Amino acid sequence: MTQMETAPDSSATAGLSMTPEVRAATTPATGAAPAPVKIKAAGVDFYYGEFKALQGITMDILERHITAMIGPSGCGKSTFLRTLNRMNDLIDGTRVEGSITLDGTDIYGKNVDVVHLRKRIGMVFQKPNPFPMSIYDNVAYGPRIHGLRNRKQLDEIVERTLKGAALWDEVKDKLKESAFALSGGQQQRLCIARTVAVQPDVILMDEPCSALDPNSTYRVEELMEELKTQYTIVIVTHNMQQAARVSDFTGFFFKGELIEFNTTNEMFTSPSKKATNDYIRGRFG
Amino acid sequence: MTSTPAASPPPRRSLGEKSSAEAASLALRKITNTVMLILCYAAALLGIVVLGCVLWFLASQGLRFINLTLFTRMPDAVNMGQGGMAQSILGTMVLLALASVIGLPLGILGGIYQVEAKGRFASTVRFFTDVLNGVPSIVVGIFVYAVYVYPTAQSIQKSGGSGSAYSAYAGGVALGIMMIPTVMRTTEEILRLVPFSMREASLGLGATRWRTMVSVVLPAARGGIITGVMLALARIAGETAPLLFTILGNDLLQTHPVHIAGKTVGVPTLNAPIDALPLRIYNYATSVYKEQQEQAWAGALVLITMILVLSIAARFATRSKVLEEK
Repeated sequence: MTQMETAPDSSATAGLSMTPEVRAATTPATGAAPAPVKIKAAGVDFYYGEFKALQGITMDILERHITAMIGPSGCGKSTFLRTLNRMNDLIDGTRVEGSITLDGTDIYGKNVDVVHLRKRIGMVFQKPNPFPMSIYDNVAYGPRIHGLRNRKQLDEIVERTLKGAALWDEVKDKLKESAFALSGGQQQRLCIARTVAVQPDVILMDEPCSALDPNSTYRVEELMEELKTQYTIVIVTHNMQQAARVSDFTGFFFKGELIEFNTTNEMFTSPSKKATNDYIRGRFG
Repeated sequence: MTSTPAASPPPRRSLGEKSSAEAASLALRKITNTVMLILCYAAALLGIVVLGCVLWFLASQGLRFINLTLFTRMPDAVNMGQGGMAQSILGTMVLLALASVIGLPLGILGGIYQVEAKGRFASTVRFFTDVLNGVPSIVVGIFVYAVYVYPTAQSIQKSGGSGSAYSAYAGGVALGIMMIPTVMRTTEEILRLVPFSMREASLGLGATRWRTMVSVVLPAARGGIITGVMLALARIAGETAPLLFTILGNDLLQTHPVHIAGKTVGVPTLNAPIDALPLRIYNYATSVYKEQQEQAWAGALVLITMILVLSIAARFATRSKVLEEK
């Protein structure tokens, strides 16, 4: 109930906390009202034991947009991504400070069940990691663990999500075969389908194309474009061209801080910080 | 910029030229290398040779006494030459099954716990599991005698009930205890090999830890766990000491009729003394009768063949693709 009440409230005030650049760029450029804020991070600090990996990250992630995070290795972008669905809970001795809300509800709040949170915020990983089971079972795994048993409905979900992941035509005749028989690019699209099958609100992608060849990368990027009509996507990438191609907003992380966060267009044409400029021009990182 | 005159390079020498000190050092290093290599080969070879000798010796002694009677008949008190040890072979199988009922769930669940749980208690459990692995098997036998066989005998005597304290149950418990540490350790080690990314994928979809374990991690590790279980079975199949205090031995396989699906089947009686191959071999080997000594050889050959088959099957148990890719 509290979630219902706070949700519209937070999205109304969300614009205020946005950096002026973001507000200026989103509102007039599209001419439409800014999209509601899906995830809102405010002053997030993150510790691995004594080591402070993130420092005061404040960022609004807009619904049904692609937000990219770039930066050199070890800058904290993946760590931040993993705080969004509490994947870092799995690592001993980690600690989060500050607040992260999903539709206005604090995801680190006492009432939040982490199992349910991860159903709402799905994740695609760096290396394709299909389960050691058939293609069909991989996609059906999510719906099944959330209690769906009806064979017909499962069939329908598997077909729809595989079509959505542009994989159906390649695998429709071998749904019962092991997912390991697929190529790396196909495996990654299968993993995306598996994530989509539980119908999350947000999909987090941690360098989803870093293990793929250019052609597979292209297909995954095409897929992201389609997915963004229904889902909010946050992607971490090492590939700046990729960030420029697919994302609406880009955040530049450096040494655990969010140096600059703006529309992708602004970031790549006229970054306001020198560090951002140096990084995207390839001077370091 | 300070320019220091470059030190004159050492004079070039042809590859064959060596100072006498260099030559001596090189010779010594080569000799050490060769000697250690030979020692390693010899040690490895010795292991195989010893196994080969045991097998050859057993086969040469036992093979000629192996016949169909051995597997189909039970000991014949009147004419020992006509008897077999069918009840020992079946008894060993019954005991292995009983031991599995105890050892597998405890071993596998305990192994899962040691992988999933962190902290002091888990490492304490791991330490004590290793200690249990080192407990002499005779001590396990005495332990089961003290906590099961003796109290049961007392209560049977008091109540005047039927059944025996020396029983398949007691033997199964003793062998099951011996199985736990092996199964627990192999399960733990195999589960650790399953890539963390696979757990992450499942947890990331909103699965609970148990669901992740059952649906993703355990299937990936299935081949390795089966191998561990078979090796544990192979190990306890040959144990004699824990049985000395627990099963008593029996010249028959006691059965009782059970009605299953309209048919009457004889099922081994578990609260009665039972026989086992290692125990039968032990008894016959120390016997004064020639026929029994001959059967002991044959029995030993049968037992070691059973163990070899288990070990070889363990090697061929389906290795999972996931673990091989790592």
